[in-house]
Amino acid sequence: MSDDEPIEELPLEKLPLDGWHRERGARMVPFAGYEMPIQYAGPFGGIVAEHNWTRQSASLFDVSHMGQLALRGDGAAHELEKLVPGAISNLKHGKMRYSLLLTEAGGIIDDLMVTNTGAHIALVVNGACKWDDIAHLREHLPDEITLTHFDDFALLALQGPKAGDVLEALIPGTGALTFMTAGLFEWNATHLWVSRAGYTGEDGFEIAVHESKVEALADALVADERVQPAGLGARDNLRLEAGLPLYGHDLSENTDPISADLGFAISKKRRSEGGYFGHKAVMARLAEDEAGTLAQRRVGLKLDGRMPAREGAEVFAGETKVGMVTSGGFSPTLEQPIAMAYIAGAHAADGTALEIEVRGKRLAATVTPMPFVPHRYYRGS
Amino acid sequence: MPRYFTDEHEWIDVEGSTATVGITDYAQEQLGDIVFVELPTVGTNLDQGGDAAVVESVKAASDVYAPIDGKVIEANEDLEEDPALVNTDPEEGGWFFKMTVADPSQLEELMDDKAYKAFVDGL
Repeated sequence: MSDDEPIEELPLEKLPLDGWHRERGARMVPFAGYEMPIQYAGPFGGIVAEHNWTRQSASLFDVSHMGQLALRGDGAAHELEKLVPGAISNLKHGKMRYSLLLTEAGGIIDDLMVTNTGAHIALVVNGACKWDDIAHLREHLPDEITLTHFDDFALLALQGPKAGDVLEALIPGTGALTFMTAGLFEWNATHLWVSRAGYTGEDGFEIAVHESKVEALADALVADERVQPAGLGARDNLRLEAGLPLYGHDLSENTDPISADLGFAISKKRRSEGGYFGHKAVMARLAEDEAGTLAQRRVGLKLDGRMPAREGAEVFAGETKVGMVTSGGFSPTLEQPIAMAYIAGAHAADGTALEIEVRGKRLAATVTPMPFVPHRYYRGS
Repeated sequence: MPRYFTDEHEWIDVEGSTATVGITDYAQEQLGDIVFVELPTVGTNLDQGGDAAVVESVKAASDVYAPIDGKVIEANEDLEEDPALVNTDPEEGGWFFKMTVADPSQLEELMDDKAYKAFVDGL
């Protein structure tokens, strides 16, 4: 018996909560240059149990590997707009937007969250990309724009239908935040930056906290019986069910926002005005999309049977190879295998019957609209 | 009935000229929630150390190797309905397949339960 997971050889960093995870029986694995909990031990532990708990109650995820950055200086929003296709300069105080760092050829360098905190433009970028992102930003932003990396801050995600009630009880006022808004709060004599966002498809929050206070905050959150810790394994399946792409798997410099089905991240005004890296390529892909000639598109696939198809599995229409799986697994919520794949435009329409090859067998699959499991974000009562 | 273990965490029960094969409790614990088991077809000839079955956990696909040479004579159909049996009852009801024992001398290379326990404790 052997796992076929890749093993990273670089020296790994420890998260501020490393000891906290280990006390809870976490199995630690290399991810994005850190030792990270993939799942926990105990009666609530295991990927499926943690997954289901997140969908039913609330789970605490440590996502401190992600890069927390800030841009300061006159025109910081305007300058960032030269590197991303989203509208940033009209982002109101406390509002967030999902965006993409693009190459001049329209390739995706990273996906990220952008927030206007009032004091600065905050960015949360992928852990595995953060050093390259910092280099890219530093290279292309003018010297007057200050780039700060909050590497002494941890990031906790509280996700699930009970997250709102849990956090309101602990930090009054947070319950009034709506999806994709954020604010500064005080708890236990420390400042917390709380965003109503996440990557599970559930309602929830991401909480930036100084590393010296993160253990106290994690303890306070799991002291609520509605909250259990959850690891990377559950997080990966949750985001797959939610149809959310994972950088390095579903997104890369070889994919562009239109083929990645992230057209929503290109603000209307910016489509007409341009002025960002990759505009020409994005507009060309948009035109192809409208003409029905897009070479490939990221789609969802539901598989018959129980055998999952993993990243790298080839997709066929009859004898013709039409694409490749970029993320795949077994959906605990739907109790069936699901996948994301890049499929040739002619075969990417919802309902198209395809086949995925796994170990020489052909598995029947159907192109399915995403999310596979409906999002349940809190947009106000 | 003697039980042997491999360093790839398979167990093998030998009764006369036939053997039952599964994965150990340690293995299922490492794999986590199992969602699918791909079993060998009855009649397949297996070579010691060669691919015999595939276990799909929510996390990843893992190969299960043949502990000895022999021919597959039965596959555990219960695993089709309930692959989680490998998690809940790995060393009894969660067996994978039965096979002939082509070369009994291969069993001598395997570990007994005491040696396997020491092997796992050293991991």
